[in-house]
Amino acid sequence: MYPIAATEQLSPNVTRLVVEAPRIAQIRQPGQFVIVRLGPGAERIPLTIADTDPEAGTITLIIQSVGKSTTDLVALRPGEAITDVAGPLGSATELIETGHAVCVGGGVGTAVILPIAQELARRGVRVTSIIGGRSREWVILEPELAASSDVIACTDDGSYGRPGFVTQALEDVLAAGDVDAVYAVGPVPMMKAVSELTRGFAVPTTVSLNAIMVDGTGMCGGCRVTVGGKTHYACVDGPEFDGHQVDFAELADRLTTYRSFEQAALAKAEACKIPALAVKADKATVDKATVEPTR
Amino acid sequence: MSDREETPPTPQDIVRRILAGEQVELDPRQRMTIDRVAMPEEDAEVRSHSFEEVNLGLTEHMAVLEAERCLQCKNPKCIDGCPVRVNIPKFIDHLRRGDMAGAADSLLGDNALPCVTGRVCPQETQCEGLCLRAKKGTSVGIGSLERYVADWAQAHPEALTRALPIARNRSVAIVGSGPAGLTAAGELAKRGYDVTIFEAFHAAGGVLIYGIPQFRLPNDIVEKEVDRLVELGVKIETNAIIGKTYTLDELRQRFDAVFLAVGAGLPVFMDVPGENLKGVYSANEYLTRVNLMGAWGEDSDTPVLHGQRVVVVGGGNVAMDAVRTARRLGASDAVIVYRRGHDELPARAEEVHHAEQEGIRFEFQVAPIEVVGDEQHWVTGLRCQRMELGEPDASGRRRPEPIPGSEFVIACDMVVVAIGTRSNPLLRATAPDLAVNEWGYIVSDEHGMTSLPGVFAGGDIVRGSATVILAMGDGKRAAGAIDRYLTTGSAAEAAEPVSTEAPTA
Repeated sequence: MYPIAATEQLSPNVTRLVVEAPRIAQIRQPGQFVIVRLGPGAERIPLTIADTDPEAGTITLIIQSVGKSTTDLVALRPGEAITDVAGPLGSATELIETGHAVCVGGGVGTAVILPIAQELARRGVRVTSIIGGRSREWVILEPELAASSDVIACTDDGSYGRPGFVTQALEDVLAAGDVDAVYAVGPVPMMKAVSELTRGFAVPTTVSLNAIMVDGTGMCGGCRVTVGGKTHYACVDGPEFDGHQVDFAELADRLTTYRSFEQAALAKAEACKIPALAVKADKATVDKATVEPTR
Repeated sequence: MSDREETPPTPQDIVRRILAGEQVELDPRQRMTIDRVAMPEEDAEVRSHSFEEVNLGLTEHMAVLEAERCLQCKNPKCIDGCPVRVNIPKFIDHLRRGDMAGAADSLLGDNALPCVTGRVCPQETQCEGLCLRAKKGTSVGIGSLERYVADWAQAHPEALTRALPIARNRSVAIVGSGPAGLTAAGELAKRGYDVTIFEAFHAAGGVLIYGIPQFRLPNDIVEKEVDRLVELGVKIETNAIIGKTYTLDELRQRFDAVFLAVGAGLPVFMDVPGENLKGVYSANEYLTRVNLMGAWGEDSDTPVLHGQRVVVVGGGNVAMDAVRTARRLGASDAVIVYRRGHDELPARAEEVHHAEQEGIRFEFQVAPIEVVGDEQHWVTGLRCQRMELGEPDASGRRRPEPIPGSEFVIACDMVVVAIGTRSNPLLRATAPDLAVNEWGYIVSDEHGMTSLPGVFAGGDIVRGSATVILAMGDGKRAAGAIDRYLTTGSAAEAAEPVSTEAPTA
């Protein structure tokens, strides 16, 4: 069992969970993830490790609740526990040693760039973080990132920071001409837009792919992604890849595999509140809840 | 009445009397007249919609009757056919005399997982294939007798003789809790070693729980076999991935010996266009979602696609498991596509037979060339070509070659690829000194020892894709070698073979 040490809501649907996992806290490197399973009957969900405290023996998971499994996880309170936490999985981020790096985080993806920005800063790299959200309450981890980088916060509706998308801010930074590497994590369309933009500036770009996976050790092959025309397994070959080589359209498409299950689960959850209106899901094709892995 | 007792009983009388629970003294000639007892099976139509076990198991009297068919050969060939060398005539002899506890003690002394092997071994090519009676009709149903005794033992733990090992104060790490790892753990625990199993998943059992479906091997049977090992003192650390959570070097520092039984791992895909369309699964993923994650049941959050028309590519046991699972999850059309013919199917004969009974369709001498999809990138079909068998290849099997112009499409909404696995790279990524062959499988000597002293390996990570029982054989052999290595400093056998019998109270 892996007890919850602390929880904190960061945005309307993003929660920080600090979990006791001493071994993982001791050895994890930026970019790595864990697979968590809340308890009997629960899914195995991949979650990037956002931070660690080796002394306290804790890891920090930042979770966007978008379906039953993640909603169940963020409902945990200190003293309760996650049954299984396996890791650290995936390869560590390949980081530059000197120069200027830009870390771009969209939504909950900001949680994944936090450890990258921290490690880059530790190495003496100058770091600019560009983070975005729909509006003010969706911008997360700004104070944490500000400790190791210059932060440009953007909101789609202009309610906070710079109005517009992160790509617009990124374009201005790239135009200054001194960027050596870009690390971008967020929704697939954002990572795709960032990669297309940086390609024009010939700046190496690393993205973290949130493919669907079961075991996280290369066994199931569900997380296969096409990079540079070849099939790779995000869990063991990644999760980070060269953004200029990734087939984002295929990734976005594969992430919709269980969307009908997800919708049925939401309908079912609603129906549970009003039993008389219970929605009968089509048993043949749809009967389970799922979420896209959030990382 | 006394006149009638003088008359030798007819074969029908013998069967009737034994099935009624009577002890009957038989001579070999009379034993030969008894026909093999058929394993009771769930009705094919019922089971096509159910994950309950297909084989229902023999009753006690049926088991005794089948045991009476054994001729108790002086030089029993069946034992030679068994990778873990179960003393088959011995447990059968206890069984036919109604001494179930004796049968169970004998069987468990030789085999750490008899409930498993009694269900999934390819007996027809092993013990039963060498049975004297197979030459003149049908072999003794060794598999069903093993299952009977093993299930009896699970139900009557209090009746079993407790092994009382002498603690050795030496520790062994076992990496992987599949058939090789569990067997080695059991053997070493019985010899008094301090054994810890490291398992990557959240539950122990390896392929026995993520791969083999409930209808062939219920997970609770595996759980009870694992519980028995825990009672012997075996410790199990789940969520521990060697190469990630711990390195092999760390295990070598913490333990006196290490046994690597991580299984094969990475699924092989067909390398044809369209393979990343939605609706294409590896058999590993499909079976793991259904078996380990319980996606077949109501109380699991893990989703799995319920294909209505499902094509499974491959002809082994995994392919049969996948296609029969798809059938149970509602597929009206469930098809095996295999590039060779019926007689070349590598699957156990019983699995093929059960699949046929359940209405599985077989497309033989057919190879896939493309997965076809719609605009939303969902699978709509599998484009194939017909094959003819050419000259025998290196393995002696005739190599299938495509017939020009024979292309056709099998309409389907799901494709499961069950054509094998590659070695998993995680372990060797952090163990550069561990010698592997060109396919990434670990190289080991005749005792199971790898290039690293004190590190042994067995099962699929050495053999590539093999069977449960061969993995168990490796586990048992490695346990013996580890025992010798830790007591004599050499894994090689002494002149006198070391007894594998557990010390008993």
